[in-house]
Amino acid sequence: MDLAYLWFWIVGVLFVGYFVLDGFDFGVGMSLPFLGKDEVGKRQIINTIGPVWDFNETWLIVAGACLFAAYPEWYASLFSGFYLALLLILLALILRGVSFEYRHQREGLRWKKGFDTMIVIGSVLPALLWGVAVANLVQGVPLDENHEYTGSLLTLLNPYGLLGGITLVLVLFLHGLYFIGLKTDGQVHQDAKRLATRVGFITVVVAAAFLIWTIFIAAAHEAPLLPLVIAAAALAAVALLLSMFFHTKEREGLAFTAGIFTVAFAVLTLWMSMFPNVMRSSTDVAFSLTIENASSTDYTLTIMSWAALIFLPLVLAYQGWTYWVFRKRVTRSRIEKAELVSH
Amino acid sequence: MDLLDPLLLARWQFGLTTLYHFLFVPLTLGMSVTVAIFQTVWYRTGDVKWLHLTRFFGKIFLINFAMGVVTGIVQEFQFGMNWSSYSRFVGDVFGAPLAFEGLMAFFFEATFIGLWIFGWDKLPKGLHLASIWIASIGAMLSAYIIIAANAFMQNPVGYQMAADGSRAEMNNFLEVVFNPIALAAFPHTIFAAFMFSSGVVIAAAAWHMARKRNIEMMRPALKFGLWGMIVAFAGTFLAGDQLGLVMVSTQPMKMAAAEALFNTACGADASFSIFSIGTPDGTGEIWSIRVPYLLSLLSTHTLDGCVEGINDLNAQYAAQWPDLAAQVDGVFNPVLWITYWAFRWMMGLGFLATFIAIVGLWLTRKNAKREVPRWAWSVAIWTAPLALVASLVGWVFTEMGRQPWIVFSLMLTEDGVSPSVPGWSVLISLVAFTAIYASLAVVEFGLILKTVHKGPDPLPEPGSTDAEPPALEDTPTTVY
Repeated sequence: MDLAYLWFWIVGVLFVGYFVLDGFDFGVGMSLPFLGKDEVGKRQIINTIGPVWDFNETWLIVAGACLFAAYPEWYASLFSGFYLALLLILLALILRGVSFEYRHQREGLRWKKGFDTMIVIGSVLPALLWGVAVANLVQGVPLDENHEYTGSLLTLLNPYGLLGGITLVLVLFLHGLYFIGLKTDGQVHQDAKRLATRVGFITVVVAAAFLIWTIFIAAAHEAPLLPLVIAAAALAAVALLLSMFFHTKEREGLAFTAGIFTVAFAVLTLWMSMFPNVMRSSTDVAFSLTIENASSTDYTLTIMSWAALIFLPLVLAYQGWTYWVFRKRVTRSRIEKAELVSH
Repeated sequence: MDLLDPLLLARWQFGLTTLYHFLFVPLTLGMSVTVAIFQTVWYRTGDVKWLHLTRFFGKIFLINFAMGVVTGIVQEFQFGMNWSSYSRFVGDVFGAPLAFEGLMAFFFEATFIGLWIFGWDKLPKGLHLASIWIASIGAMLSAYIIIAANAFMQNPVGYQMAADGSRAEMNNFLEVVFNPIALAAFPHTIFAAFMFSSGVVIAAAAWHMARKRNIEMMRPALKFGLWGMIVAFAGTFLAGDQLGLVMVSTQPMKMAAAEALFNTACGADASFSIFSIGTPDGTGEIWSIRVPYLLSLLSTHTLDGCVEGINDLNAQYAAQWPDLAAQVDGVFNPVLWITYWAFRWMMGLGFLATFIAIVGLWLTRKNAKREVPRWAWSVAIWTAPLALVASLVGWVFTEMGRQPWIVFSLMLTEDGVSPSVPGWSVLISLVAFTAIYASLAVVEFGLILKTVHKGPDPLPEPGSTDAEPPALEDTPTTVY
């Protein structure tokens, strides 16, 4: 049974990885209506995440698969229960992914504009709905005695859930803007920095409200990890403020790093609020899915643990190396040069 | 028929989205290796035409790869979304391969594809070449693991039932991974994927050859494709033969359904029908063209073997699972016209594509006196769709042939569906997936055609001193 608890943290880390990494992809996507006055600028923005968005998104696939393997009951209840929300996320991710690949395949403003719009939808919608979904897991959802979800999509769209969604959108938007600030030059770079300052202030207010509400919920549920929840929430808040501080000091690398910690601690706050439930039943707490009653057998978890032990460090190593290979800024001149070659 | 039957809708959705996903998978598998080979030749010989071919087929590969990625996520989520009872039941066994696939294969594939696309001017040549090879190995690995997971549904091994009978629990991971079905189905699938990617190479090359464009580059590409098709066919055929043997011993009903064989037959009576018309109630046969002994040969590799018939198997299963027999009205066989015809189309289309390739080799041989006629180039283009459709109907056969089981001998498909998802929700998702997938297919196909028609970058003028155009070497050529 101890392994079941270990896997609660491993799956948590995988989701932290997903929200940190694909998180700035979402933020970059959201910025398209505001930044990049011309085509070169837009391409600069998209190319900041060009080489990496695909494997960032892969974190979701791996997190989902590990959730399935470690907690089949949780996977079954969650994915069938949140059916329409997940459908919207999937459709949005499909649109975003193909848009990155397709928008540069053809000239013409309408073609490119259409795909830009889809990138924006494909970035805002998943961020919003992931926030809604995770917040609802913290708050509890209607589950019957067979662990089947008895609510609908509208059940999820309650005030706390929506606030969670909006918070995640804002946090990731800011995260993406820091990334653009770090990775571009010229007009886009300037505009991203100005926008980040404004978005930062709104984010602080909204995120503070959400984190405090989360702490109250965790306290009401008598969450065993309440002290850790409060600590993580505080660290998320500090990291957010620090990121803004570094941002105003023009320390772009540090601002983005603090942004990473903001996302990571925010996700951890929610994750630890759930413990030891994985899907709390609001119908009757006795119907809740817990780490223990949702998990796979020790045999399966042992094999999975070895796989995670061997492959996760390897994955981190070569993905880290990839970021190092693509460490340079995506400059205007680079895009312009590439354009000359392709015509 | 209830339009809002969640089971029926969920099955349609899974079938459609899976087949759609599989439009892109074989090309990803086959083309990544093809591109890697082309790039290796360039790396070793320095002959610039292979660089241009690498980049040309690389573009086609990438347009296709994006679709494979985004439609793949849907597949993983669908087990939980639409088949939650199935997921609860087999998750302890079935989840682990998916997790391995992600940790071992997907990360590799996604990361190194990114390095390859964007690394032309950033990585040393050798490392850049290595990244496309690593990406294709990742793709192969993920194909193997997902086929091993699928093999559990065909032939469950390496598990025991939980004490309360609520779920299957893994007790031997290696047995799950080295399921005999997977060991045969993997090479069968991979070689079939190479048939399709060879078909695409042939088609693209033929289109240009017919117009006498880029002949210097397209001729070697064409030869590569034609030989690739023939070699891959041989591999598909041998692995398929092996898969048939394993199938007969693990899922005899599927072989009987492939042949629409109603009564157990031995020796000369175990004949293979090329064509057959059944009785309207589907329990007998009216007329058929048959090759004696062939079914015995396929199923047992002997001339005097016996092949069990559908009626006998149904009786046997009804005795073995009396409760389930009541649930399925004693019908443990799949829909016969689907399995019967899918099996024949799979083989027939594969043969046809290979036949075209053989004729192509003859027509384009070195000392050929006659010029290849225009119509022959048009026929050559058909190798690509033929090989693809053969792969698709092969999967239709495998998965429809598994029915009415979702996991053979353990769970019926109708018991695997999500109880908490209402029919209208599934209808919404089915309509949404169909609409988006259909429009993306149009865009995708258009882009591939456009890329093919545009062709590779022209080779430098003969006599020019720089072997490699500087543009390819030090500028970013593939940015979004």
